[in-house]
This record gives sequence, structure tokens and C-alpha cells, in this order.
Amino acid sequence: MLKILKYSFFDLMRSSWSYVYFAFYLLLGIVLLFLNNDLSKAVITLMNVIIVLVPLIGTIFGVMYYYNSKEFTELLLAQPLKRSSIFLGQYLGVAISLSMSLILGLGLPFIAYGLFKSNAIWDFSLLLIVGIFLTFIFSALAFNIALSNENKIKGFGYAILLWLFLAIIYDGLFLMSLILFEDYPLDKVSLIGTMLNPIDLSRTLILLKLDISALLGYTGAVFKQFFGTSFGLIVSFLALTLWVGLPVLRIIYKSKKKDF
Amino acid sequence: MVEITDLYKKFGKNDVLNGINLSIKEGGIFAVLGPNGSGKTTIIKTILGMVIPDKGSIKVFDTNIKNNSDYRHKIDYLPQIANFPSNLKVNELIKMIKDLRGKTDADQNLIETFKLEPFLNKKLGTLSGGTKQKVNIVLTFMFNSPIIILDEPTTGLDPISLIRLKELIQKEKAKGKTILITSHIMSFVEEVADNIVFILEGKIYFKGSIEELKAKTKQQDFEHAIANILIENHA
Repeated sequence: MLKILKYSFFDLMRSSWSYVYFAFYLLLGIVLLFLNNDLSKAVITLMNVIIVLVPLIGTIFGVMYYYNSKEFTELLLAQPLKRSSIFLGQYLGVAISLSMSLILGLGLPFIAYGLFKSNAIWDFSLLLIVGIFLTFIFSALAFNIALSNENKIKGFGYAILLWLFLAIIYDGLFLMSLILFEDYPLDKVSLIGTMLNPIDLSRTLILLKLDISALLGYTGAVFKQFFGTSFGLIVSFLALTLWVGLPVLRIIYKSKKKDF
Repeated sequence: MVEITDLYKKFGKNDVLNGINLSIKEGGIFAVLGPNGSGKTTIIKTILGMVIPDKGSIKVFDTNIKNNSDYRHKIDYLPQIANFPSNLKVNELIKMIKDLRGKTDADQNLIETFKLEPFLNKKLGTLSGGTKQKVNIVLTFMFNSPIIILDEPTTGLDPISLIRLKELIQKEKAKGKTILITSHIMSFVEEVADNIVFILEGKIYFKGSIEELKAKTKQQDFEHAIANILIENHA
């Protein structure tokens, strides 16, 4: 698997897309720091961008890479290699190279600005960790979609729909159900609802770490009580790990049954 | 060597293989023939584990290939359409496959035989179909495996390369290897094959030598013998 990972990774590192992605984050980091003139404020703005954009890029990149490397995959399938190692290697290649672009692109301007001497370093690290989780989650989901759809256009369509659902529609439905059932105690329900969507979960995690939960009212207090403790933090990271693990398991399962 | 028992495969509603039983003994050249869509490539891909059969079993050197990948060390495969990652260079691809499969020095010889030196530093996406096929041949023959599977090996080759390919096949046969070929070029098959397997609608219609086929169909030459089978079964 490591050999496949190596080849996929270097293949991606040579493609211009990784550099575009890297340059985008570099620019974003510099502009945000320049406009905000303050590390912690830049972190908050950055969060809003990362939470939506990282899943989108992970999804599109994952689907694109899978379809684009079809020839490479077929070449590998005739070699004495396990199917699971072929697909996991490719998946990790995508996820790791995207994470690298994210870490380097955002890390460099923040370090240059004096991140290590400021208090924002923990918030910033949390932001990066969440970003990496989201990259791994959404590229795994994208691989799942691509593995199940031979048709490229369909695959792309489903992938975009998935992103749209988790990034935007889910929130709308969630909010509507909260309004509909406002007469009932909803703190537990909303907690679970947040856990079920990796994007919401990431957003909540960061918001609460940034100590702006007061804006969220009573629910915010409940959330703070949960996510603020180390127990809540562990549960959240477990949920994120599960969001990576389950799609990866399905990649292994699906790849074993597929015809090429 | 290769034992196929009761093999079934469906793609959607399309029955491609309908109970194939085939045993290929060690040594010699086997040609798998049949009209378009008869399931030749599917059989080859099931032997390679690229297509998972619905029913039936395949044994290569007495090991069941299900959920196994090590047995492919014993098989060299030339795919029908040479699809390579287009942003890799030829020598990078050769190096990569060597890295994945193990060391070999035979590639230098093959590169010389097929005059590929000028293309080594070119990207695969820029090569012509015939040159890609030559690269394909180098990748296939550079490992010394006991089974060689060639799916339409003559596609796109110029006459000189075709002659070299035939020589190469004979050389490998002389080493006692088992070679499985599919082709639509009957003269090529007649020239190289010892035994043929004729597949029709996912079933084995005939298995034996070319002479036996001519006798069975009462035809003088091989091409007509094959055409005869097709006409009798489709007309």
C-alpha cells in the first residue's frame, strides 16, 4: 500500500492542482491577516471559509482523482497487489496531499505573522486538525461515490449533492425541525444532530473553543457544557474518526466486489 | 496450470459467461477465439481477478484465486487497450512497475528490440497507439513469469514489430511457458497457436488443435473454418 501511496502522492504533487490549492490558501491566509490585523479574528474568519471549502475541495478532488486515474488503477489491478491496498493507497495519496496543501498554505502566513508567540496557536491548531479531518472524511466519501458510479457525470453530480446536503441543506432541515418541535426539550436532540454531520460538528467544536458560545444562548450553554469538557472533546473526535473510518471500510468492501 | 470450473458471469442483464469449463495444461500457446462480445476478455479478466465471477472457481497452479493476489506474480498480462497514466514518462512507468513487481534486467533488451530508446523520456500521453502497444509489450515480457496472457497483442503494430513480437512469443514458448492469446487476426493465430478454444455466447464451442477444427468443419483453411462456425450459429 505504501508504494501506491507514494506514487499517488507524487503524481498529485506534480499536478498543478495541488499548487493552485496551496496558492489559494496562502493568499487567503495573507489577505485575512492583512485585513484583520489580528490573529484570533483571522482564525474565526478562516474557520467559516475552511468549514465550507475544505469539504468541497476534498469531494471534487477525490472524485476527479478517482476517475482520472482509472488507467493507472487498471494497470495496478493486473499486478500482484491487493485491491484494498490499491484503493487505500490512492485515497491516502489524495487526502494527504490535500492536507499538505492546507497545512502549508495556511501555516506559512500565520507563522510569518508570529503565530508561535501568540495565544491563538491552540485555536489555529484545532482549526488545522479539523480541516485535516474534513479532508479525510470528504475525500473518502468522494471515493465511495466514484466507486459506486461508473458514469463520471453521475458521480460528480452525487458528490456535489452530498456536499450541498451536508454543508447547507442539513442545517436548514435541522433548524426547521428545531422550530417545529420548539415546545419540547431539544438540547439532547440538537447535540446528536450536530454529531451526525461532520461539518456541523467541526463548526461547533471550533466555535466553542473560540469562546463565543455566549452568542448561542441556552443551547450554547448546553453545548459548552458538553463540548467544553474533555469528555465532549473526546466524543467529538471519536465521531470525526468514525466519519473517516466508516467510508474507508466501505471503500475496502466495495473495491473487493467491483469488476474492472 | 489454469483450471476454470463452471464459470458464470453477468453484467447487468447481459449473460457473458455461461458455465465455462476450461483446463489449460502447462506449456504451449493457446488461442482464445470468438466473435465480438463472446466473452474472451471477460475470461481473461476473471483469470486475472479483475472481474469477479458470479459463480464457479478458478485455480492457477492449484491455488484458488479468490481473494488472492500473490498468484499474479506468476502471470504477465498484456491488456487489450494500452491505457497508461498519461502524465508519466515511459522510463518512469517501467521503473514503477519494476518497483511494484520486483527486479528484472530484461527490459533493456526489450527496449532495444522494439526500438523504444527515443521515447523513454516522453510522456505516455504523447505517444502513438503503436508505440504505446510496444511499451505495453515491454512491460509484459520483462518479467519471467510462467504464464503470459496477451489480449489482442497485434493491435497497432507495424510489420517489423509484429515479426519481433512473434519471435518473442516463440522464444517464451521454447522456455516452456504457457501463453494465452486472444486475437481477431486469424493468420496470426494460425501461425502461432498450438491449441485453440472457441467461445460462442459465453460457452466453449470447440477446444482442440487447428487441424481438428478444420476436420470438424470440413474446411480447407483456418479462416474459413472459423467463419463456418459463425455462419452456422448465427445465420
